[in-house]
Amino acid sequence: MTTALTTTVTGRIGDSPVRPDGALKVRGEFAYSSDLWADEMLWGATLRSPHPYATIKSIDISAALALPGVSAVLTHDDVPGDNIYGLEHPDQPVLAATVVRYQGEPIAVVAADHPETARRAVDRIVVDYEVHDPVTDPEVALTAAAPVLHPDNPAGNVVRHVRIRRGEPNPTADVVVTGEYTVGMQDQAFLGPESGLAVPAEDGGVDLYIATQWLHVDQKQVARALGLPAEKVRLHLAGVGGAFGAREDLSMQVHACMLALHTLKPVKLVYGREESFFGHVHRHPAVLRYEHGATSDGDLVYVRAEILLDGGAYASTTSAVSANAATLGVGPYRVPNVSVDCRGMYTNNPPCGAMRGFGAVQAAFGYESQMDKLAAALRMDPVELRIRNALAEGDTMPTGQVIDSPAPVAELLERVRDKPLPPPVATPVDLREMPGGVSNTTHGEGVVRGVGYGVGIKNVCFSEGFDDYSTARVRLEVIGGEPVVSVHTAAAEVGQGLVTLQAQIARTELGVQRVTIQPADTSIGSAGSSSASRQSYVTGGAVRAACEAVRAEVLELAGAASLDELDLVEVLGDRVVERTVQWRHRPTEGLDPLTGQGNAHVQYAFAAHRAVVDVDVELGLVRVVELACAQDVGRAMNPDAVLGQIQGGSAQGLGLAVMEEIQVVDGKIRNPSFTDYLIPTVLDMPPMSIDVLELADPHAPYGLRGVGEPPTISSTPAIVAAIRAATGRALTRIPVRPEHIVGHVG
Amino acid sequence: MIRVTVEVNGEPRTADDVWPGESLLYVLRERLGLPGAKNACEQGECGSCTVYLDDVPVCACLVAAGQAEGRRVRTVEGLGSGDELDPMQEAFVRTGAVQCGFCTPGLVVAAHDLINRNPHPSDAEIREALAGNLCRCTGYEKILDAVRLAAGGGS
Repeated sequence: MTTALTTTVTGRIGDSPVRPDGALKVRGEFAYSSDLWADEMLWGATLRSPHPYATIKSIDISAALALPGVSAVLTHDDVPGDNIYGLEHPDQPVLAATVVRYQGEPIAVVAADHPETARRAVDRIVVDYEVHDPVTDPEVALTAAAPVLHPDNPAGNVVRHVRIRRGEPNPTADVVVTGEYTVGMQDQAFLGPESGLAVPAEDGGVDLYIATQWLHVDQKQVARALGLPAEKVRLHLAGVGGAFGAREDLSMQVHACMLALHTLKPVKLVYGREESFFGHVHRHPAVLRYEHGATSDGDLVYVRAEILLDGGAYASTTSAVSANAATLGVGPYRVPNVSVDCRGMYTNNPPCGAMRGFGAVQAAFGYESQMDKLAAALRMDPVELRIRNALAEGDTMPTGQVIDSPAPVAELLERVRDKPLPPPVATPVDLREMPGGVSNTTHGEGVVRGVGYGVGIKNVCFSEGFDDYSTARVRLEVIGGEPVVSVHTAAAEVGQGLVTLQAQIARTELGVQRVTIQPADTSIGSAGSSSASRQSYVTGGAVRAACEAVRAEVLELAGAASLDELDLVEVLGDRVVERTVQWRHRPTEGLDPLTGQGNAHVQYAFAAHRAVVDVDVELGLVRVVELACAQDVGRAMNPDAVLGQIQGGSAQGLGLAVMEEIQVVDGKIRNPSFTDYLIPTVLDMPPMSIDVLELADPHAPYGLRGVGEPPTISSTPAIVAAIRAATGRALTRIPVRPEHIVGHVG
Repeated sequence: MIRVTVEVNGEPRTADDVWPGESLLYVLRERLGLPGAKNACEQGECGSCTVYLDDVPVCACLVAAGQAEGRRVRTVEGLGSGDELDPMQEAFVRTGAVQCGFCTPGLVVAAHDLINRNPHPSDAEIREALAGNLCRCTGYEKILDAVRLAAGGGS
């Protein structure tokens, strides 16, 4: 039999096969990290600081230990290894020893036979604090008078200052607009709470079943804190209920392992929703000051920007977020003269780190607001101004990096501009189509429609010289008379569909229909993080490379030139062909510390949005009527999944535009619940019209371009621009609140 | 401690040593081995724990375990029959309405209830019916597709 297998195989790249985990998920049988269970399992709970800044004078655990059902109460004294961790800079204690720097910082952990017992034990721990005035304003943190929150940091309260200098230092322009913009603190608000199950092992090590974005970076930090070699800290990916950046940092990983090793019993730790708001980092709030200069014809001459990011109490990824905000700080535009200073700060606010869009989101609200302001000053159409200055392949970024793959910024804008507009609201009015909905706040009186545009830029993969790689093991064998491929990586499926994609790549490369994806764990090398829109690129690249190695070996075995000619069952017989490959994208460079010059990024990705809104200008209520989006994805590896990313990413951008903000007052979170922190419901999300472009990047596997983040970046400024168009208000702060629209403030 | 007896997915089930503060959600997930209903907010805001209680969809996190005594509960695990998915479950898989899937069990139950009440809902009716279920991954577009598919497929 010499069937041409590659032509009959379905579910290859470019197809949209159903998710392999879909049936389990709709049945409720998919095992998320909070669903795990083990014999004799104990429940963990965490004592957190009520103060944003305080010295710990003493901790008394005796009353907690005395509670029946409690097996362990552990503090900083019980951390077996180094009491410190951190993604980029280790600066955060596993359990606070002498000082707490944010409200919610973990101080002690408890294991008990029932979660309620554990919570009650936590309440019995007595901590004596000396409370200090918190540093809650990053502007104040910059001043010499502010207390230095991390005395070991050589730059005081500055985590990182990124400077970009390009072109003339003192350019002049015909038309100049300035603006100051503010971005509130957004939460990733994944639905599956932080959770995991730690199981002590006979070798003195521990197995941790965990929802995370990057198993190996967790493993490294957990092993250090436990004082164990990495091979004794084995991580297994449990079902992940969304991530969006919030699972890049550790939460309960070390705590659960400490309790399991101490009690020699499995320990499960699950945060409730309120605790989750304290248990992970958030999107950096930002203040952005811009000055744009242009010729009277509308050509950008210069952009000056000062960006201040509030990193909160610990560094997390503030350094990389600052680099993104700076290097992408002028947006997808050609600007000959650029000066950007971005500072990421320590304060006593909640720690901030990764969230979808990662620094590019904050900058985009600034530069897109400025482009609209500039268009108004020039009396130009805002889309025309953007197109006139749009980046294209061959142009140079403010870092000096030349864009060496398609950058269809102008085409994306044209596409969303040229789509038909939604019809006006029909009469008689259906309340469900009104701002305020069935609250019956208007029947159309005071409702004004507005249209706005936004376009954004994002780097894909890890930047600035980071050794960014993934590892894939691919195995081909005959099982039950049929060739079967097995793919093993440590890459985290967080909902995006990476498991589907890995199988599509294997089917495409090896022409085999049956592909199984092995559970992700640390028994194989690192896959890097499911972040930075990078996994299709990097783990996709690794799976393809491993398949190519397997294919080469099979062809050599058979003495053939192509798999199409082969009967794999016959060629393989009992033989197993297995190859493990580590794959890297092209290297990047660091940024010059004084000028920010350098080929720092691997790939750039772009999306544009048009937003149509109806605004009740009397009550300040907004209904987004429609979102149109155009995005270049290089190659739509799985077109349905691509649409899902664009729809979901746009929704998170809508949330930031009009509703999502963690309210922090004096360093304390005032709304840690889904009652008070609102995310878009199905009533808030409009229909979306989406154009997907496929302009191949010659440097990337299959020509693909990272998909997940760009739509989150451009939807926010488009919606705000539409509200401005409807109201005439300046709207310099997001999320936009009713009081901004009716003009009571800002 | 109390004993709770509930009919779950057609079977009589009993949980012993239930602390009176436990929710129906906790008893289903931790005592009866049915973790399908999810624990995303545990205060009735997200709908991830939606189950039928005597044929009415409820947030299982808001029902005290004792309130379910003697009543009928149907969870997402009880919608299909054997290996067969319920048409609504099938539609969620086919349309790509599932990403991380944490909201899915609650949405499937809520959408299942909608189609039982209203076999051919308009988009506005679908949106209204699902307004109590949060999803953070999909932007809801493909969830609407799923419900339209299940409704169009007849029942």
